[in-house]
Amino acid sequence: MEKILFLTTANPSGSLTKQALEALNLSVSLNNALPESELVVGITGPDAAKSAESIGGCGASRFIAVEGEEFTQPRYSTDAAAFEALARAAEASIVIAPATSRFNRALSGVAARLDGRTDTHVTNVEVADEKVRIQRWLYRQRIAVTGTRNQRPWFLLIEPGVGSPFQSQPSNVEIEKIQVDLPDECLKTTVSGEEKKSAAQDTIRPDAALLLVAGAGWTRKQADGEFHAQEAERLIRGFLDATGASLGSSKSLVDLGGEGQPVLPFLTHMNQIGQTGSTPRHKKGLATCCHGEEPHTVGWRFIKERRAINSDTNCGWAHGKADVVYVADAFKVLNELNKRLAE
Amino acid sequence: MSTGYQIIVCGGLVPDPLQTLEPVSAPTGPALKNEMMLPAVLDPWASHALYEAANLAKQNEGSSVRLVSMAPKAKLQQVMMTVAQKVPFELIAIDGPSNGFTDAFDTAAALAEAIGSIPDLDTARLLVFGGWESASRSAGSTLQIVGERLGIINQFQGVDELSIQPDGSFRVLERVEGGTHQVSVCKSPPMVVGWATGNLPEPPNNPQVGMKNMRAVMPSLQRARQAKQASHSFEFESATVPAQQRETRIVKDMTPEQVADDLVNWIKGE
Repeated sequence: MEKILFLTTANPSGSLTKQALEALNLSVSLNNALPESELVVGITGPDAAKSAESIGGCGASRFIAVEGEEFTQPRYSTDAAAFEALARAAEASIVIAPATSRFNRALSGVAARLDGRTDTHVTNVEVADEKVRIQRWLYRQRIAVTGTRNQRPWFLLIEPGVGSPFQSQPSNVEIEKIQVDLPDECLKTTVSGEEKKSAAQDTIRPDAALLLVAGAGWTRKQADGEFHAQEAERLIRGFLDATGASLGSSKSLVDLGGEGQPVLPFLTHMNQIGQTGSTPRHKKGLATCCHGEEPHTVGWRFIKERRAINSDTNCGWAHGKADVVYVADAFKVLNELNKRLAE
Repeated sequence: MSTGYQIIVCGGLVPDPLQTLEPVSAPTGPALKNEMMLPAVLDPWASHALYEAANLAKQNEGSSVRLVSMAPKAKLQQVMMTVAQKVPFELIAIDGPSNGFTDAFDTAAALAEAIGSIPDLDTARLLVFGGWESASRSAGSTLQIVGERLGIINQFQGVDELSIQPDGSFRVLERVEGGTHQVSVCKSPPMVVGWATGNLPEPPNNPQVGMKNMRAVMPSLQRARQAKQASHSFEFESATVPAQQRETRIVKDMTPEQVADDLVNWIKGE
């Protein structure tokens, strides 16, 4: 008999995030598919009752929470202590959580404390022959693996966007509060907030339907033998303003700057996609001035519709990595495109 | 008494990103086809961690940098020929598998054991660095487990910046959702820091550093312990390369205006 613990953090608004609801939906499905299993919901953070009530109809047998001012800060030491306490209190054999930065940071450490095992970036969980089987990716989305584990507790971090969010009417629930005593060492780190280091946060929009990738070609010498970085910035920003697209990058701007080339100042490593960057999940992606080399395109694994503008007919995109490749000057195309989008 | 930091960088080897990867079945489970023949590099995010470690050590007199790496010895020797030319470090080699099919727990156990057996380890000055994810297993789990095994509960993942404040505390910028950084201050070591890209470019090759490093690399490789066999590992049922080849339509004969029209229809379509 599996005891499934769904872990989430309390949201000040009282409702769970979309990513948390997706992980909850998967937990509920797993609970329904396994015979004699039990679902427990564990919440950390202030006012957990409000968040619990918003998912009161999920079929959980217990709602347990760790509350307190110390647990509002997203830091490893206190998060790990809270998650550990919840997993112990639930006597969980399977722990499911959304792959947010907070859970990604702490949950593997909690698994180590409980002599459990952890699998991250999980894209599917199913039951076959009464065994829980998961799918995840290795080598940065280049090899898909499926399999199972016998070791318990088994911690699973669910990738965003792989399922539909749980939907239910709010209902009253009774919360069991779990007491956690924190040693001084747990409070050695203080989180002071978030920093807007660059313009990157204005151009990264995880919920956008469209991804625009600006490649290194934008900062190369153009047909007239000159650099046009400022014009590139105007065109890219114009496109983003008109479409609400999220902006990705194909090459490390730090490296480009180190090579003495002009850079696009609003692009940082935060925008980087691929082997040493992110793997976004937008429905459509448009690559511009980007050659489509494998280390970059592994980050496009979950982009469904892909188009590219490139002046090279032999670029990587043309070799089965994009649906459509326009062999054209991206400066001219984006100029025309922005005019039409503004109409 | 030294005021420097003992910086331990954990980093594995991964296939060169330009190589084609094909999973095959081996007696011990899945493996990469021609794995020993594939050119390898130090994991990209671990490389950033190494450069940041070297930079931090340079700025803080008396600091040391050790690179703890688990991989087949022959591969390690090959990759170190390049990595050793970048920045000064001491290698602690562990002879074991380095592919993505190994379990993070087993790798972490071997790394933590190697770190724990360093003779002059001073946890009050200890900074454990590494990449926040590898380009092989891509789990983002190993460092946390290493930290837990060493009893370090101040941990940071997806770090782009680490700076030492006048009072000796550390200001850390970690990547969080939506392209922002979370700002934290940790009073003092020990800390675990999983690096993202950081802020430093790849250092140029320095043959003098390379020669100095290699004098210690070879004895380290000879001393390399064999990693213990896996336990409670993931039971693989399948390992496949997904069908990713698309029927690409190459459009050569459209004017920029026509391309723009086509793209507008695509962007606005369902």
